[in-house]
Amino acid sequence: MPDSGYILDARSVVKRFGGLTAVNKVDFAMEKGRIYSIIGPNGAGKTTFFNTISGLYKPEEGSIVFNGQSIQGMAPEKITALRVARTFQNIRLFGSMTVIENILVGAHTRLKQTAIDTLLRSKAFKDEERNAEKRAEEIMEYVGLKNVGNELAASLPYGGQRRVEIARALASEPILLLLDEPTAGMNPSESEDAMHLFRRIRDELGVTILLIEHDMKVVMSISERITVMDHGEKIAEGGPVEIASNPRVIEAYLGRGATSGEGAGSAAKLSKLSGQGGEA
Amino acid sequence: MQSKLREILASIGVFLNKGKNPYWVTLVMIAGSFVLVYVSPRSIPAFLLFAVSAALPYFLKMKGSLKLAFAVLIAIVLVPILGARNIFYLEVIFQIAVFAALALGLNIVVGFSGLLNFGYMAFYAVGAYLWGFFGSQQPFLLHAIPGTVPPGTPFFLAPDWFYLFIFLGIIAAAIVGLILGLPVLRVRGDYLAVITLGFGEIVRQLANNLDKPLNLTNGPQGITPIQKPSLPPDVVHFFNMIFQPLVGRRVTVDQLYNILFYLLALIVVIVVIIVTYRLDDSRIGRAWTAIREDELAAGAMGIPSNKLKLGAFAVGASFAGAMGVLFAASRTFVSPESFTFLQSVSVLTMVILGGIGSIRGVIIGAAVVIILNLQILQSFSLFLAQLRQSDAMIPIINFHWKDLSNQLDPSKYQRLVFGIILILMMIYRPAGILPAERRKRELKGEAAVEEAVVVSADGANSGTNGESGTDSNAAAKGHGEGNGNA
Repeated sequence: MPDSGYILDARSVVKRFGGLTAVNKVDFAMEKGRIYSIIGPNGAGKTTFFNTISGLYKPEEGSIVFNGQSIQGMAPEKITALRVARTFQNIRLFGSMTVIENILVGAHTRLKQTAIDTLLRSKAFKDEERNAEKRAEEIMEYVGLKNVGNELAASLPYGGQRRVEIARALASEPILLLLDEPTAGMNPSESEDAMHLFRRIRDELGVTILLIEHDMKVVMSISERITVMDHGEKIAEGGPVEIASNPRVIEAYLGRGATSGEGAGSAAKLSKLSGQGGEA
Repeated sequence: MQSKLREILASIGVFLNKGKNPYWVTLVMIAGSFVLVYVSPRSIPAFLLFAVSAALPYFLKMKGSLKLAFAVLIAIVLVPILGARNIFYLEVIFQIAVFAALALGLNIVVGFSGLLNFGYMAFYAVGAYLWGFFGSQQPFLLHAIPGTVPPGTPFFLAPDWFYLFIFLGIIAAAIVGLILGLPVLRVRGDYLAVITLGFGEIVRQLANNLDKPLNLTNGPQGITPIQKPSLPPDVVHFFNMIFQPLVGRRVTVDQLYNILFYLLALIVVIVVIIVTYRLDDSRIGRAWTAIREDELAAGAMGIPSNKLKLGAFAVGASFAGAMGVLFAASRTFVSPESFTFLQSVSVLTMVILGGIGSIRGVIIGAAVVIILNLQILQSFSLFLAQLRQSDAMIPIINFHWKDLSNQLDPSKYQRLVFGIILILMMIYRPAGILPAERRKRELKGEAAVEEAVVVSADGANSGTNGESGTDSNAAAKGHGEGNGNA
């Protein structure tokens, strides 16, 4: 694979489920240290595309190169070891484990202890466990979780669980973070906090972030580049302003009538969607 | 009513843990119950009291070193003395130790990793038949007609190879665990239960039928005699020098064998407990639990779930392998009858009864099931039998005890008793007698640690039932369910 200079470079990725082509020849490239978003109506294939990047699905065609290394068809755990981390659209925490244990599971690929170390409780093992615990506490503090380290993850309120998911992903020390609808179900002030957190993760930790989002307010204010998908295909790509005025995007969201009306492809219309996005 | 009961229990708990009370209470209880059992070795209430007293140091607040001292005193001094006076107690404790190790092994597979296993006894059989074959005359009888032993056939190995075979049993069972694990990785939940069930039966049928063309297992008749490790006269003499005055009479070689096997089982079970604790509280144990909770998310966290599931099978099997070797030697006899599906279910019962995923829970579970089986129900049967032989009758209804049907012997319907107990447990205490707890860590800036987090019933259930749901979630491609989680 030639090094394209992109941290993530997906070329004509195809993913089919039986007769349904969920992702159809999607090209997607990302520069290091940026925040990109993928948007699109329900069923557009955004999450499927995510899952092919993170290895949960194997694409039928196309190539995915991460950090100069081909990762298509690779098992998810191997991709995580290459420092791609993700969160899930429907929160998937390990409910009966404590918050700190969830984060320690996230650090799985970063721990080097062997079975022998574990059974003998060697000094290396104890040091590593202590450091991992300390690191997990730092991450908890970083994402704004206080006094919940020993709580069961399932017992946390919704917003807290979202934070734990992000903390768990950060524990694997990713260079690319995939966030699948991270602000879904949050109220505006929570979304605001979340956006602030994402920016900090990018600015302070240098993590490249790719979001799937429904909340247009979030998308428009945080993304440096937006990719729009519809019916499994990429229909547009560009900066927020560009996307907000793209007729094909408006058509995808609002139907054909909206564009034929008076060419009213305005950011104002799209931003109205933000209200819907929260409940979609 | 229930809350009042709880209040009383709580106040008793407070009293027991106040100041120096734990030490006095434990000392008095152990000494008292010891004397009771010593004086009346056949009394079951006395034994139960002793069992409860022996568990006290673990549950009361006292210094760790003192807890250990109590445990050592009970295990090395008191139990052998009582056991020498009534060998049956050693049998009970031996069985508790054996089944505790089995339950702990199964707990790694079922409790930690959430992989249902109905064929666990197969691994126990592997260990038992390993020493059963090599520790007997069987290797010389490969071409003999099953059940016949030409006179003068020597034993294949010297008796003390037994100790090496404990380790070989671990390895052999672990390998068989891996072999079972391979096909099992492809299926989940109910399907997994069926496959393991089939596997358990396959191993039993192999044991049943491998007497032809080569007579490896001696078929349904089983292999006997199997050698025990040697116990030289010097050891017997030495033991009697110390213990004869305490026991009150000379201890014979046979009785000393019981004590030996009790101690060996104790050592194995202690090693098993340590291994389980250490694995649980490590990257491996966390990964197992993560797989149980949500295999897909675990994969996304970088956990190679196939490797870890195989590991869980191998580790769980290895415990059973070690105990299998011990079992074969202690009984001097193995036959397929000991490894039935019902036995596998028994071990599963111990795990569920005690508390899935809870280490101390499954040990208690094993103890409860064994004591109930071997002592309480048995002795109740005995009691009824005595009544039947007497002339006693129930007045008013003029019922003669001797007319009581044999079918009413509790030992005949122990499965029924367990069924009822399990149903009641599932309704009122689904997480088990001592539910699994997550370790509380001392974290800076967090409120003081008060009590460990108890995994709720929901959490425990999701371990076994949640898996099928995981898949459908993963397959759902739409975005509609995005906000349905709150």
